[in-house]
Formats: sequence, C-alpha cells, structure tokens
Amino acid sequence: MDLFAFVKPKNELESAPDAKQNVPFVPEEMWMKCPKCNTLLLTTDLEENLNVCTHCNHHFRLSSKQRLEMFADAETFVEHDADMTSVNILDFPGYDEKLEKAREKGKESVICGECLIGGVKTVLCVMEAGFMMGSMGTVTGEKITRAFEFATENRLPVVVCTVSGGARMQEGILSLMQMAKTSGAVKRHSDAGLLYITVLTDPTTGGVTASFAMEGDIILAEPNALVAFAGPRVIEQTMRQKLPKDFQTSEFVLQKGFIDAVVSRDKLKETVTRLLKMHGCKEAAQ
Amino acid sequence: MTAYEKVMAARDAKKLTAVDYISHMFGDSFIELHGDRRFADDRAIVAGICMLYDTPLTVIGIEKGRNTRERMDRNFGQAQPEGYRKALRLMKQAEKFHRPVLCLVDTSGAYPGIGAEERGQGQAIAENLMEMMTLKTPVLTILIGEGGSGGALALAVSDEVWMMENAVYSVISPEGCASILWKDSSRAPDAAEALKMTAQDLFDLGVVERIIRQPKAEDSAMFESLKLLISRTLEKNLSLSAEQLTEQRYARFRKIGTKHLS
Repeated sequence: MDLFAFVKPKNELESAPDAKQNVPFVPEEMWMKCPKCNTLLLTTDLEENLNVCTHCNHHFRLSSKQRLEMFADAETFVEHDADMTSVNILDFPGYDEKLEKAREKGKESVICGECLIGGVKTVLCVMEAGFMMGSMGTVTGEKITRAFEFATENRLPVVVCTVSGGARMQEGILSLMQMAKTSGAVKRHSDAGLLYITVLTDPTTGGVTASFAMEGDIILAEPNALVAFAGPRVIEQTMRQKLPKDFQTSEFVLQKGFIDAVVSRDKLKETVTRLLKMHGCKEAAQ
Repeated sequence: MTAYEKVMAARDAKKLTAVDYISHMFGDSFIELHGDRRFADDRAIVAGICMLYDTPLTVIGIEKGRNTRERMDRNFGQAQPEGYRKALRLMKQAEKFHRPVLCLVDTSGAYPGIGAEERGQGQAIAENLMEMMTLKTPVLTILIGEGGSGGALALAVSDEVWMMENAVYSVISPEGCASILWKDSSRAPDAAEALKMTAQDLFDLGVVERIIRQPKAEDSAMFESLKLLISRTLEKNLSLSAEQLTEQRYARFRKIGTKHLS
C-alpha cells in the first residue's frame, strides 16, 4: 500500500487526469507574471493596458519599438541614422561578441528620428534596454547629438525617452566624451529657444542621468522608475550605507525636487502633446 | 610603466595635489572663495581668484588632501553636488568679468553617497557639462592625478585638456571595470590596459591636447614653464570672440571618436 496515499495532493488538477483535460490549454507566452505583485496576467490584457500591471500598476519595461508606437502618431516615424552601428574602437576584449549578442535584441541602444506626436512635428529619441542595457557608446551619443542638431536647424522640439545603465565601459573614455557632446548639443538647442522634454523610464542611471536625462526643460518620469547617478548597488558596496526605503525612485527624485512630474504611462502621450502645444509647437498641416 | 602602474602613480598619496600646484604657480596672489550659495561649501573643491602674471585668473581644483587629516577634510577628493555647483558659480563669475578659468582635476570620481544622490549629483554634473560648453571665457583643464569619470568631466568641458604624464582619465576605475565585466577585481591591471586611460592613449585618441612632464615640489623652473604655457594658451583664447570660442569648444568635443562612425 502506498504509504502516502492519504496525503491530499497539493494541486488537484495535477492528480486528476480527467479534470486536467477540461482545463483550457494556456501556452506560456500567453501569460506573464508581474515581477512586483506576482499576479498572473494575460499578455493580451497586459498589452491592452500599455504593459502596465492591471493589478498593481507596475510599469513593465518597453522595447524601443513599443515606446515608439506609444508616442508617435501611427505611421509617422521616420528614422534617422538607422545604419550607424557600434564598432570596437578600442579593441576592448570581448566587446565584439557582446555587440553581436546585443544585435539579436536590438539595432542600437537608441533609435532617433522625426514624427508627429498628437499632430505636432517632433524629434523623438527612444533608448533600448535590450541593447547592452541602453548603455551609452559613441553611436548612442552621436545619434542623440545629431537628433538635437537636426532639431535646432529645423526649429523642432525634442522628446527623449531614457533607459540606460550608464556609460558603456567597453568604449572607455570615448563613452565618457558622449556626455559632454550630447550636453553641448542640448545646450545649443536650448539656446535657440526650443523645447526639450525628457521622459525618464526604468532604469535611468549613470552617465545618461549626468547628461541629457537631467537637461530637459521639462523632466517627466514613469512611476517607480529607478533614477540615479550612482546606482543603489554602487552606493551599498562602496559606501556601506544602508539605503532609505524607495530611495532613487521617480517619486523620491520628485520629492527631492529634481523632476517635474511623475506621469503614468496611459497619460504620457497626452501630457507630452499638451506640453508641446503650450510651447507654441503647432500641429503639422495634413 | 604599465597602465596599472600609472594608475597607482596617479593615486600616489605623496604626489602633488591641487593646492600644491596653486601655491607653486600663483603663490600669495590666491584668494580662496567658498560655497555654492545654495547649500554648503564643499571642501573637496578648492577655488578662488589669483594672478597669472598680470592677468586675473579663476582657478578651480579638486583637492584630495596631503595627509590623513586633510584627506578626510577633503572627502578624499570626491566632490558632492554642492562642489560642482560652487565650481559652476565661480565659472559664471569668471565669465561675467571675462576672466579665464583653469581647472585642476584629481578625483577618483564624484561622491557616490546617499546625500549626494538626494541633492542631485547627476543633475549637478549635467548642468556643468551644459554650461561649460557655452561658457564665454577661456577654460583650460589639467588632469594632475586621477580623472575619474563624470566627476572629472564636470570640470573638463574645456577649450583644451592637458594631462600630467602619469595622470589617468577613465570612464570607470579599472577595479570597477574588472569586477563588473570579469567578476574579478584582481584583474584590474588588464582592465587598465583595455580602458586606454593613460596620457599617451588619450593623446592618441584626441581626448587631450598636451602631455605635461610631472613637476616636482622643489622644481620651480618647471612650474614656471607650466605657468608660461598656461598663460600663452589662455591668452590666445582670450583674443577670440565669444562665438569663436564656444564654436571651437563644441567642435573639439564634436569630433572626438567620430572617425570610427559609419
């Protein structure tokens, strides 16, 4: 006799073969677990809700493609410098392989171009977390610089959605130089009297925070995004300091006075559109 | 010397610090100015006005301190947001009086602490980068020891950047790089090599204009020739119009690394 036959199985569905057949088959790609509240969500529901958890409002990370679709009016985005690709300038060990792997997930760590946002012609740059964690290399900095230069020349506003782990150390000092270069381009755009709106998304850290992410005329952030210069792990490891609760979240940075507003994803496009129009940016003629 | 030996030399506690350079080159003419007018006076940044021959000069240095007591007082040369804001305040002041600016950089990096984050370390550095790019007065930066990432760059968006022969300048410390990439900080010497952080590497990459022979404390002739070199460079840039000057500065940063772009 089976000694444990009296133990009630944990999952009745598993033990009752008949019942199992009556359960609808749900393939794995059709549901997702929210990393914050652990609720199982149908991907269709999640997508419909702009990849925000319907249960706890956790904002899932978006790819640059999803981000573009979210901001740009349908079929209006024209990409700039689409063919510019990172090369291993310093001959850094292992970087070529890393780039190759990253290219399976995305083309570069930023996509730049022009589009209409709520009918307003705008230069839009969106960073890509899938490509080496959105780290800033020479190509990243160059594309963003060119986007600002194009906007200055054509008197257009710029919207940048940031997501980045910081500088790309495989490009050494050249990645650091991108901070100066992009900041210079932002300044010239600003001096021309033009509007720059930053949208900080999770995570925005390091060299991107210490350059164009913090240089917007108006800085918006998605809820609960990590916004930091030195990330929490760096501080804990090097300073052995215990971090306060909710340290370096968008809400924390808002309270400290460094960003203008925390805006949930469903209100982002509308908010950006209204701000563009309040700065005299007119709807393009159809 | 290997790259890592240069890193060690740049960190050597016995080497000259920013206040040494200031006292050897400008002596008693230096008047220190304090505070960012917003929050505090950051002791990691020493700044003021002095005389470069007949010309008033704003000098801003990151100071590590020369002994343990000083090093603690100077937060080991790791500036906080108020330090970068003090630097910017004095650069703006120099711009107002069309006075040239000399920055002396020696830092392992901006301070990565809770308070620094709360007071906007990233924002403070970003603002310096933006404002320095269009500062309408000549700016020259000399890396005299360690040039650690954004914390060094925040004083190095200049018309020219020079390096002492044993100084280093990098986006990350070789130890940090090795521990992130290879999970092994003992491979720092390999990382130092790969990061191309020595004066010669950076000169070859077009990131610095000049490599300076390291002066010794007792070598007054060397300080005199460095002072002359500084004076000539600033003088040349003082004769440019504000527009020429800022165009030239933007072009300087605009071209770094671009020859490798497709």
